[in-house]
This record gives sequence, structure tokens and C-alpha cells, in this order.
Amino acid sequence: MHDETMNVHLKVWRQAGPETEGRFESYTAEVNPHMSFLEMLDVVNEDLIKKGEMPIEFDSDCREGICGTCGCVVNGQAHGLERGTTVCQLHMRSFRDGETIVIEPWRAEAFPVIRDLVVDRGAFDRIIAAGGYVSVNTGPKPDANAVKIGKDLSDRAFDAAACIGCGACVAACPNASASLFTGAKVTQLALMPQGAPERGRRVRAMVDQMDAEGFGNCSNIGECEAACPKEISLDNIATMKREYLRAMFTDH
Amino acid sequence: MTTLDSRVPEGPLAEKWSKRLHDMKLVAPNNKRKQKIIVVGTGLAGASAAASLGELGYHVDAFCITDSPRRAHSIAAQGGINAAKNYPNDGDSVWRLFYDTIKGGDFRSREANVHRLAEVSTAIIDQAVAQGVPFAREYGGELANRSFGGAQVSRTFYARGQTGQQLLLGAYQALMRQVDNKTVTMYPRREMLDLVVVDGKARGIITRNLVTGELERHQADAVVLCTGGYGRVYFLSTNAFNSNGTAAWRCYKRGAHFANPCYVQIHPTCIPQSGDYQSKLTLMSESLRNDGRVWVPKDKADVKKPAHEIPEEKRDYYLERKYPSFGNLVPRDVASRNAKYVCDEGRGVGATGRAVYLDFRDAIKNQGRDTIADKYGNLFHMYEKITGENPYEVPMRIYPAVHYTMGGLWVDYELMSTIPGLFVAGEANFSDHGANRLGASALMQGLADGYFVVPFSVGNYLAQNKVEAISTDHADFKRTEDEVTAHLQKMLDVGAKGNRTVIEIYRDLGEIMYDQVGMSRTPEGLKEAITKIKKLQNDFWTDVKIPGGGDEFNKMLEVAGRLADFLELAELMARDALHRDESCGGHFREDHQTPEGEARRDDENFCYVAAWAFKEAGEPELIKEPLEFENVELSTRSYK
Repeated sequence: MHDETMNVHLKVWRQAGPETEGRFESYTAEVNPHMSFLEMLDVVNEDLIKKGEMPIEFDSDCREGICGTCGCVVNGQAHGLERGTTVCQLHMRSFRDGETIVIEPWRAEAFPVIRDLVVDRGAFDRIIAAGGYVSVNTGPKPDANAVKIGKDLSDRAFDAAACIGCGACVAACPNASASLFTGAKVTQLALMPQGAPERGRRVRAMVDQMDAEGFGNCSNIGECEAACPKEISLDNIATMKREYLRAMFTDH
Repeated sequence: MTTLDSRVPEGPLAEKWSKRLHDMKLVAPNNKRKQKIIVVGTGLAGASAAASLGELGYHVDAFCITDSPRRAHSIAAQGGINAAKNYPNDGDSVWRLFYDTIKGGDFRSREANVHRLAEVSTAIIDQAVAQGVPFAREYGGELANRSFGGAQVSRTFYARGQTGQQLLLGAYQALMRQVDNKTVTMYPRREMLDLVVVDGKARGIITRNLVTGELERHQADAVVLCTGGYGRVYFLSTNAFNSNGTAAWRCYKRGAHFANPCYVQIHPTCIPQSGDYQSKLTLMSESLRNDGRVWVPKDKADVKKPAHEIPEEKRDYYLERKYPSFGNLVPRDVASRNAKYVCDEGRGVGATGRAVYLDFRDAIKNQGRDTIADKYGNLFHMYEKITGENPYEVPMRIYPAVHYTMGGLWVDYELMSTIPGLFVAGEANFSDHGANRLGASALMQGLADGYFVVPFSVGNYLAQNKVEAISTDHADFKRTEDEVTAHLQKMLDVGAKGNRTVIEIYRDLGEIMYDQVGMSRTPEGLKEAITKIKKLQNDFWTDVKIPGGGDEFNKMLEVAGRLADFLELAELMARDALHRDESCGGHFREDHQTPEGEARRDDENFCYVAAWAFKEAGEPELIKEPLEFENVELSTRSYK
């Protein structure tokens, strides 16, 4: 199986910095179908370096689909065409021999390009800082089993908590909305009894911060769910909207 | 001769930590506001330490190399976190967790530290639940538990196969809450390139802004290092691409001792390597061995046959056969070594012959596919994505890979290194796992250190050490920054003319380390490794090729800097492995084994921590911290 190879043509977005104009550059690569997409880029970069050219900069870290560091738009889809998959877990066997692959960074005003495929997603941290937590200090706490939480509820909270904060939802959304990201955290903490006392304050602060960062509004298009590598459900956005309304009327 | 003072409190084991807490000096709230603490790294240890110190009222500057603290590699831990809660009523206790950890570490860790870890383990679960971490639950609403290697009780708490993710997000959220409170200032995309020591005390760091390339000076009254392990010295490992040993190594060169560098954990349950383009290896959680059965064909002739064509009587469930009481749940070092043995015998499966089966056939038959999917669904999904094979239908193929480093900077009982004011927490220190780490214990140690030890021990230090306020214009800051600049420039000068790419040299280093400083070691192999590593160091400094410049975003320059440090650390690892003329835990010397192929320890001569001190000229100095076992008997580990 190690002798198999395939050829791909790449059109990659190259941009030296946030203020510099970007452009597509073409490359060809001979790759092994068992390589991951990012390993393919590694191989292309080794060639570029040997030729004295600058390698393509892209973010990646765990390469196991959990840290959310990687991500680029592949053939028009955030993280590529395969459902529920980060680009580091996408393998070259999903492409055809001779195919042309277009690779671009996340495109959103709130995610400025740093270089090539690397963008700044600091806005996500600021949304969490606005209230995406349960306010407890370190120190003595009630026994973990003191408050019972049903398995179904805990599982639903987990489904929302599985978000890796990669930003694909924003990149996929025509409005560049961060509602799936924010909704997922709002939902997780609204479901758990521990998050209840600051439920209203939390959703208001997080939604306000999301708007302040320059993300667009959600108009229920659903591209975010389709692009999400963790298949976070659109229901979380509905929950966020309901929580927001509830907060407006109940004042907490 | 230099000696090491571990500062372990006097008195009975179970009272040591409460006694120390009672004796610690406190910093008054109005004084805490005036003091600044640097926390480097924001994984489980760093995020929890920074959040807790911020809550206490200190001003904290927190640094990470990734774009957000939420990306730290702790996030990738899958299986679970241990705690002595005894919820399943199967006889667990603080003592039992302590004992399993000491035994699992092959009696090469410090009793007092391990006991404290077991004591605070229960508080970690309470803390995480209070933060809203969605742990797995039973239908009645209570927390669910499962078991991990090296234990006969179910004390592992989990959140599907993504426990590290949920615990890290809990700590990250606590950290972001402090960022919002303005007690913590977060510096993402920063790499610590040196430690600034003033009057013998840690007073700051030099960082490189990875976006602009600019060097920055940061001062503080104490520095807490939480930068994880150095497993990427092997190039291929389960660690994240950016995990590295640079910060710890620079501290070593400034006077912090490096302890037990040869103790490396090779995890038995990884997806085998499939090609030479590979950049990392992927771990499958140890929890899979709760239900998966490990086997290879009895007969070499069968290795190329599909698994379903090999009948039951021709399968060798070698772990169950050799270790009937622990079976597939033997500790990691034992499982890894045995996988290597059967592959060395020519009974390994898969294209390369370097894999064994992890088979769920019986578990699916007995418990049903849905139950198995509920327990391990995401791991099965991940396996299928990477290998293209469906583990519900065919057995998984697994092989050991470098996973965790038990060695690290030497710390005393309060997690302070040999440089006053430099604290080291989590995987970056050496203290709690001895020569082998049990599963589900890394998350426990990271959070124990960060939430429950560092916040107090840093305060105790600051209360007793009045440090003068200094500015970053201080001569020591300037001198250290100049040295960092010169080091980067030297690398860029070679890099502009060299021919071998960073990754090529890095792969060569990884190969030497896997072959000769890996799962089993010999004196000859280690001596040869040292020679080869020295040659590779020379290759790097004469022929490495680095694209681009230093004043810009430049990933390859970052990797080159980390590789330069790994090339030095690798030599120290081999040196440490060579001097330790015994087998213990993850350090297996072929010249020290029992007739059955088990590790043979030498307590007479090696019952100590090997701490290495950097020398500007010549070889590093070995300083020994004798390990005293007052509460457990040093016995031969047996999992039979």
C-alpha cells in the first residue's frame, strides 16, 4: 500500500500579512492517499523550503481533530467536504488523482488573516471571557454527587460542550455569524444546574460581545451545522435565542 | 558536593500536607495585588494555576504558544481522571490510590508527593463538577466510573472519550473569567525563550511574539512553568505538533536541575505508523482495554491472514495468558513491552508487522453494539477516519508510541525548582509518577498541582522572600535578551546557507531515539546514540536550512529552535539511561531482566532521583536525591 501515489494540483491563498494583498498560487504535489491533508501540506512545504521558497503557513497542533487549531477552506467548504471532520483528519484518499484543490483561510471580518492560511480567532476567547463560565473559585466544594444530574441531561450538555472552537461555523456562514459557537456554550451551561444562577446575565453578555466583535447575525441558513467538525446541532442556536429572550423578560 | 533538599514535612504520611498547609506563611490580600506572577503554559496545570492565583488576587501574566489557551495539548487526553472517591463501593481509598501509583511508578517516586496527589484527587472532581464539566453519569444522576490499567478498582471519571477536553475547557473558562476580572493578562502566540534570573531568583522571562517575531521582556516576583513534557524529542509521538521542551531546557541551562530525563512512557494503544510522511502518532484511549482483547496469531504463518480467518484456538491473547489477574489492564509499560516482544518474534500484524490486534468482537457479542458505541463511539469513529477500517467489523490494530515523559525539572515538595521563585507544575516537573505513569493520572496531577498546590506554595514563597521591584531595563533582562537574540541570529545565519531541512534532521533524531533510547535499551546502544546525537548536533549547527527571517511569522524557525534544544536534551536522556544500570518502569534495560522478561530493579544502588545540573563546560553533574520509603515496602511489581 506504500507504493500508491496520486497527483494533485493546489491553488493556495498566499498572503504575507494582514495588510498585504493576497493571491492564489499554484503548486503540484505527488502524494500518498493515506496521508492526511495537513501531512500533504507538510510534504509540499518541504519541497518549497528546498527550493528556497517560503512554506505555506497554516495552523495545526494536535492533529487528532480535538484542539481546534487547524482549519482552512478546502474546495469552498470549511475543513473540506467530508462531514464531521477537521482538516487534520481529512485524508488524501477522499480526493481524486489529478484533482485541483483550492485552499483558502477562514474568511470573516472578525478573523483577520495573519499569514497565508493562519487567522486570528481571539474574538472567540473574548466571547468566553464575557461570561462563558460558571463563577466558582477554587476551594472546598460540595461533594460531586451531591447534585444529581440525569444521564440524558448530562449527555445533551456534553453534545453542546464538544465544540472545539475552530471557527468553521463562522467561515461557513454567509453572515459570518458566531452563533453556533456561542450557542453551544450557552446551551451547555444553561442545561447544567451549576450554571443556573447566572444564566441570564451570561447569555446577554456573550451575545453582546459576539456583536461587538463584528460577527454577523444568524439567519437560520444552517451552513454552520453542515461545516461543524463536531456536528454541533443548530438547536443550540435556538436555545441561545430562547435563553436571550428569557433573560430579557425575567431579568436574570 | 551539592545536595537536594526535598523539604518534605516531618510526621505521618497522611498528615504531611495538612501540616504544611497549616505552617505556610500567608500574603495579605492588599499585598497580593502588588505582586505579579508569570504562568507559562495554559494546559491543565497552567490554566488552573493561573485562574486560582488570579482569584486569590495576585496579578498574573499567562503565556501560551497557541492562539488560545483552549488549545493546549491537555485537550487531547481521552480516557479519564482518577480520584479516590469510592463511589462504586469497590474498596477504593486514598491509601489504595497512593499505593497503586507508587507501585505503578515502580517505586521511583517521592512518597509524600504521591500521597498528597491521592488526597486532593477527590477535590478535583468536586471542583470540575462545580464548573459545569459534563462528566458521564448513570441514569440515576450519579457520576459514572470505569477502570484503567494498574488498578483493580473503578476510580476513573470520564466525559465520553474526551475527558481532557472537558477538564481543560473547565480550567480555560475559569481562566477567561479572571481575564475578564483583569487579574490575569493573557499573552497568546508567545514562546518563552529564556528565564531571567536576578540575584539567584527567577524574576522574569524573555518571550518571542510568534506573529511579529519581536522579543519581549516580562518581569514578575515568581515564575510558574507549566509547559508539559518533552515527548516530541522522538519526533513521532502522541504529543501535539507544537509541544516542546524549550522553556524547561532553558531553565535547566539557567540552573534548574533536570530529573530522571530517561523516564519516558511508551503508550501501548496507538494507531500504528503507516508511512514515512507521518508527522505524529494518534493515541487510542487506554479505556479501550476495558473491553477490547489484545491478541496476535499463535503461528507466524497466520500474520498476513485477515483476522476473521484465524480461529479462536490459533489466537494468542498474550496479556491474559501471562498476567491472569490484570489481563488486558496491565500498566502501560508492561503492555507496551509485551507488544514489542510478540512483534519481534514475527507475530505482529498489519502491513509493517509492527502491530497487534485490539479486538472488540467478544464485547460486541456480549454487550451489544449499542453499548460499545455508547462507551467508545468517538474513538471508533476516529480510528476509522485515520485507517479507513471499521473497528466494529475488524479488530483495531495498535502499537506502542511515545506518549508522556515522567522526567522533568526537579522540584521540592512545594513544586519549587532549584532556582528560587521558579515553580514547575504538571508534566513539566518530575515528581509524582516515578518511572511509569498510570493511566488517568496525568489529568489528576496537572489539576492537583494547578488548583491545589501551586496557589499555596507560591504564596508561601512570596511571604518569606521579599523581592525588590525591578524594571525590565535591569541589566540581567538586557543580558538575557541579548543572548536569546544571538542564539536566534546564529541559527538564522546557518539556516540561510544550509542544505538539510529542519524536518529531515528532526526525523533523524527521532529515529535514533526510538531505536536506542526507546522501549528497551542496552549500554552499547545508548553509547552509540550519544555519538550519533552529537554528530546530528553538529549537522544542525553547520547545515540546517531555515526559510525566512526572524522578524516575522515563521513556523520553521520556531521548530528549528525547539529542535536545537531537543538535540541537547536527547543527549542528556541517553546519558541518564546509560547511568541508570537497572530496569524500572518505562526504563527497560535489556541487561537487567528476569528470566521471564520482566524488569529487574536494583533498589540497593538506584533507589534515587537522578537530578542533572548543567555545567557551562564539560559534562553535567549528577546529583542524587535518595528516595525513602517509610510507608510502603519496596516489592517486585507483579501483575500476574
